[in-house]
Amino acid sequence: MKADPEGVLTGVHYLDGDKACAEGGIAAGCRFFAGYPITPSTEVAERVAERFPMVGGIFIQMEDELASMAAILGGAWSGKKTMTVTSGPGFSLMMENIGLGAMLETPCVVVNVQRGGPSTGLPTLPGQADMMQARWGSHGDYEIIALSPNSPQECFDLTIQAFNFSEKYRVPVMFMMDECVGHMTEKVVIPPAEEIEIYPRRLTKKKPGEYLPFEYGKDLVPDMAHAGDGYFFHVTGLTHDERGYPDMSWQTQEKCVHRLLDKINKNADDIYILEEENMDNAEIVVVSYGITSRVALRGIQLAEEAGIKNIGRIRLITIWPFPEKRIRELSSKIKAFVVPEMNYGQMVLEVERCAVNRCKTILVPHAGGTVHKPELIYEAIKEATK
Amino acid sequence: MKAEEVKTLERKRKPKKTQEDFEDHPMAEWLRMDRIPHIWCSTCGIGTAVTCFVEAVKAAKIPREDITVVSGIGCSGRIAGYIKLDSFHTTHGRAVPFAVGLKLANPRLKVVVFSGDGDLISIGGNHFIHTARRNLDITVICINNFIYAMTGGQLAPTTPPTAVATTAPYGSYEHPFNLPLLAASCGATYVARWTALHVRRLTTSINEALQKKGFSFVEIICPCTTLYARKNRLGSGLDLMRFYHDNSVIAHGADVRDVDIEFQSEIKVGKFLDIEKPSYLDKYNEYLKQKLGDKFKPYGVNT
Amino acid sequence: MKYWRKPLDADRVKIPHGELHIIWERCKGCAFCVEYCPKDVLELSTDFNSKGYHPPIVKNGAICVHCQLCEIICPEFAIYCVLKNEKEPTHES
Repeated sequence: MKADPEGVLTGVHYLDGDKACAEGGIAAGCRFFAGYPITPSTEVAERVAERFPMVGGIFIQMEDELASMAAILGGAWSGKKTMTVTSGPGFSLMMENIGLGAMLETPCVVVNVQRGGPSTGLPTLPGQADMMQARWGSHGDYEIIALSPNSPQECFDLTIQAFNFSEKYRVPVMFMMDECVGHMTEKVVIPPAEEIEIYPRRLTKKKPGEYLPFEYGKDLVPDMAHAGDGYFFHVTGLTHDERGYPDMSWQTQEKCVHRLLDKINKNADDIYILEEENMDNAEIVVVSYGITSRVALRGIQLAEEAGIKNIGRIRLITIWPFPEKRIRELSSKIKAFVVPEMNYGQMVLEVERCAVNRCKTILVPHAGGTVHKPELIYEAIKEATK
Repeated sequence: MKAEEVKTLERKRKPKKTQEDFEDHPMAEWLRMDRIPHIWCSTCGIGTAVTCFVEAVKAAKIPREDITVVSGIGCSGRIAGYIKLDSFHTTHGRAVPFAVGLKLANPRLKVVVFSGDGDLISIGGNHFIHTARRNLDITVICINNFIYAMTGGQLAPTTPPTAVATTAPYGSYEHPFNLPLLAASCGATYVARWTALHVRRLTTSINEALQKKGFSFVEIICPCTTLYARKNRLGSGLDLMRFYHDNSVIAHGADVRDVDIEFQSEIKVGKFLDIEKPSYLDKYNEYLKQKLGDKFKPYGVNT
Repeated sequence: MKYWRKPLDADRVKIPHGELHIIWERCKGCAFCVEYCPKDVLELSTDFNSKGYHPPIVKNGAICVHCQLCEIICPEFAIYCVLKNEKEPTHES
């Protein structure tokens, strides 16, 4: 279905990533936002607080991030599309309830505008060190989807995509921005509402009495019911069966948890979004995401100017589930992967795991606080040719 | 033991569901009968609280699909699982913010948080005070059994001084919370306390709390036999009920600063506070209408 | 309850009479109903159910006035009262 024109600010704007993300959420139909201010993500909440009263949404600044995450889960179960926004320290606080969101299979979007860490770190400077936490942050086995934009335009477009994924797969989606992309101001083109595809909430068509909250079909995703629609369902964070009732047995654990993983892994081909360039005869492939992908362009340019040929480039837009198949396939054809990231090695671990020993994997780490120097990436590419 | 013997033992232990068990007890249509009998101990007061709640819901004539129950973790947290309404069993302490989300996203719903003292006031304390401050239109019913029962009897923020708990094996030396004072000082519009013995007055109180606009709080003092009573040599839940009978004093309108509970002391019960205040959404709509005029889209008004 | 004369509103006021139903297997023997029945209708049985608890039995069903206190106070939803008939209060009701 198409977006509701009321929320779509059609036109050409000059916005920063945070504001573009807020606009993306509103265009996608988000009408409940619960958040807590934290640099550098506060601008998203501020933009939402400004805009929601005009479009019939409700914004509340909760008392902390734990409450924010719990509130957006409740809001989703009550019928609205919901999102929250935070940064590293708040992301850590939200983890328990992200697990609850995954267990209850609640559609929602959690935006993490990453900053330098760990702990209080560098509140106003970029980092990319929460990438693994997005996948493994909460306890137990579960799968989520994570996307990473690299420009304010993508902040707008991919936020809508994040909402669509969250509805299609009934899973919390982590939107992994970084402070650079969040605070960078660029041209953002917001198309008319008829050009924006929205995936509607998968509400059950069954009648009350026949509906089971976690009964699923071929795509392994159950249909949802909202509180207040007369279904009198019960859902719990305890390991549960299809009726939603807690069931303390290993057989139910196997069924319940395995499906949470399969739901994403078996549908992964639909979720992968990769940007590839110059891959045809590539011998060295630079794998990057977020703001680092823009620096990597310059690094590759420097290497090409120095005479190194056949440098391919992959930009991870879908971070999780990780595009294992593509990396595995490439690893037997190329010489090396070069992975620049603003941390001491997170996504590189995934690349290395998939490449095994078929090719080299070279990390270009950075503690965060600023972006890489392109020369560092050029050096790594040079290293890869050896 | 031979394998066949083990199998026979297992069969004998499974409770038999006879036709009698599903007979029409008047509560049957409000309970998830496929999960009865429930897990609460003999002489636990939580079942009584559930019956009072259902009676109050019936008396308040709220449409059944509009009521949503949210619980946290603990013995009291299991309440959501047994009531046949839209119900949510959430994480420890986060029942109140979950309920806030439910309510704000669909103001038509009547959201009830039904949880325990540890869940609501200890880990959930921050959420409790802020939601009361904002006077959000939800009803919080707190089962106060003075202990963390489900996890084996640990100290709770309501455990009276000198009472024994597993994490205070020599007795508590902490000063407990006075829940009506906490709720009232944070901004609740309705505060009442009853014990599990005062069934009819409790039902009336819950009815009033459900119909009250704003943040309403009902504290239910419940006997906990397996943990609180046993660890403190107080007998069984029945002995605790007898204690409530002899030592509770009805004090409507009492000053909430005077309703502390000491170990095996007098328990003041009654309706302590019942005031009118605009709720969160009332203020939201009124204020923004004033500021933004026609550009403002009122929220939840026609529900 | 013994009245020393027939109450003046005896024709308007009816004393209800209730019939108790006890769900034997569900009871956990807490004895709240036995303790708090205002007419002393119930007592704990010497028999026990398959869980080992002693459920209540009706000691004196004729005096049950359908107050439903046992129904509300029972934590196990194991006892309920059905209104049977009503009769006028007489000298001895």
